[in-house]
Amino acid sequence: MKRILSIGICLIMGMSIVLAGGAKEKASVSTDGSTSMEKVIGALGEAFMNQNPGIKFTYNPTGSGSGISAVKEGRCDIGLSSRALNDSEIAEGLNQTVLAYDGISIVVNNSNPVTGLSIEQLALIFTGKIANWKEVGGNDQTIVVIGREAGSGTRDGFETITGTKESCLYRQELTSTGDVIASISQNPAAIGYASLSSVKDTVKTLKVDGVIPSEQSIADETYKIQRPFIMVTSNARTLSPSAQAFFDFAMSAGTESIISNAGAVDAK
Amino acid sequence: MPSSKTREVSISALLLAVTLVCVAAVLLITVYLMWAGLPAISEIGLGNFLLGKEWASTSSNPKFGILPFILTSVYGTFGAILIGVPIGIGAAVFLSKIAKGPVKRILTSAIDILAGIPSVIYGLIGMLTLVPGIRKLFGLPDGASLLAAIIVLAVMILPSIIKLSAVALDSVPKEYEEASLALGSTPMEAYLHVSIPAARSGIIASIVLGIGRAIGEAMAIMMVSGNVANMPSLFGSVRFLTTAIASEMSYSSGLQRQALFSIALVLFAFIMIVNALLHLILKKGKKHE
Repeated sequence: MKRILSIGICLIMGMSIVLAGGAKEKASVSTDGSTSMEKVIGALGEAFMNQNPGIKFTYNPTGSGSGISAVKEGRCDIGLSSRALNDSEIAEGLNQTVLAYDGISIVVNNSNPVTGLSIEQLALIFTGKIANWKEVGGNDQTIVVIGREAGSGTRDGFETITGTKESCLYRQELTSTGDVIASISQNPAAIGYASLSSVKDTVKTLKVDGVIPSEQSIADETYKIQRPFIMVTSNARTLSPSAQAFFDFAMSAGTESIISNAGAVDAK
Repeated sequence: MPSSKTREVSISALLLAVTLVCVAAVLLITVYLMWAGLPAISEIGLGNFLLGKEWASTSSNPKFGILPFILTSVYGTFGAILIGVPIGIGAAVFLSKIAKGPVKRILTSAIDILAGIPSVIYGLIGMLTLVPGIRKLFGLPDGASLLAAIIVLAVMILPSIIKLSAVALDSVPKEYEEASLALGSTPMEAYLHVSIPAARSGIIASIVLGIGRAIGEAMAIMMVSGNVANMPSLFGSVRFLTTAIASEMSYSSGLQRQALFSIALVLFAFIMIVNALLHLILKKGKKHE
């Protein structure tokens, strides 16, 4: 009896694998890259699947650098990057399309009395030349600089705009936006950067040059620390019909409210 | 029906085949690591690679020195052993010699659960409790440090040390302890001076296994160690051999990617040395018995 049962279970499991494989015939579009774009691309994907129930949408949050490699190596349909492609990447046959603009929020612990910093002050803090919060009007405590790993689009955007490329002195280099926010919420002396769309009230957002990041201050460019959200495609391969459908959907005029609800500013 | 002899032969051939799958996996990994890891070492230079103090893989003038990672891994593992071994052996003595009945059953299953907790959970809890705790306790600006990683690793290696040591202590013949007691020693003296020395080779094997686990762990310590490529210091932010690979592999390219494979090769060499050591100890232990 037991034996018959176990053979039966094996058969069912085997069949389910085969059948699930069959169901996978369903058209799909795969995206891979920037963790900062999670909210925007998640909202777009969801709306897209609602409109096209026959197409399966996937998003793999790995980081901008990794998304660019993935599309180059053909491991996904559309790569997602929160920094513009550099010359060598364009020379390798990659294409970029700006989907939206995002602010990089400068965040500190909720208990920190500082409310704003200038870009010069930020550069001095992140390169270690200002080491104590009292030098910028805060408490007498050592500043803890928290950043992202070297492949991050947020890090690239922040360091490019503040002119601190390769000279930042980090106390911690974390591998996702969420880890950065969690660490800062635990440490009263910490400062870090994170995508505007992922910042919640567990941390405090600072004004930069007197401007708080918001959809409006990003659109009119008064908030300086902003970068593009781009979709990366390869010249070597044409998009599958389903991937092309998603691409067109994301770039269509109707998605403006989806993108702004997710905290970014539509680029069209 | 095939004769029982052909059945015997065919089953043993099947068992041989599945064993060969394991051997093939080991060979494949070894060959692949050599093939992928050696080019970068020869390009960077063995001395510069192993003894270089600076790692800046993505800068415009890249530097590939992994001495900080090697030292961090060695110190981290050593620290974990320093904390984990006394606790582990103590717990093993209690479990094997003193605990009885339901107490023993509950303790044993608690240790089994500890062994089964995924490493990302150790990391998460460490990040949210241990890191702020260290910051407050020592009055540091930030708690993500080598010390936090050592504490997490020490807890993670406890189950393997306790389980193996307890098995070794269980197998010490009762007569040894009885003889000691008959000569007037107290039970504790008998455990410390007779049982532990008699179970020596098993206990040492458990420590070596703990070293292997500690040196290979990545996920948990990545979340508590700060992950900056500094030369190691107890309260500083550090990066291990494993976390250096894990944090950069996904977006690496060119020489950077090759160098990450070279780090993997170094890590592999470490694990091989630890395993060889384990083998040697077990063999020696057998000879003594």
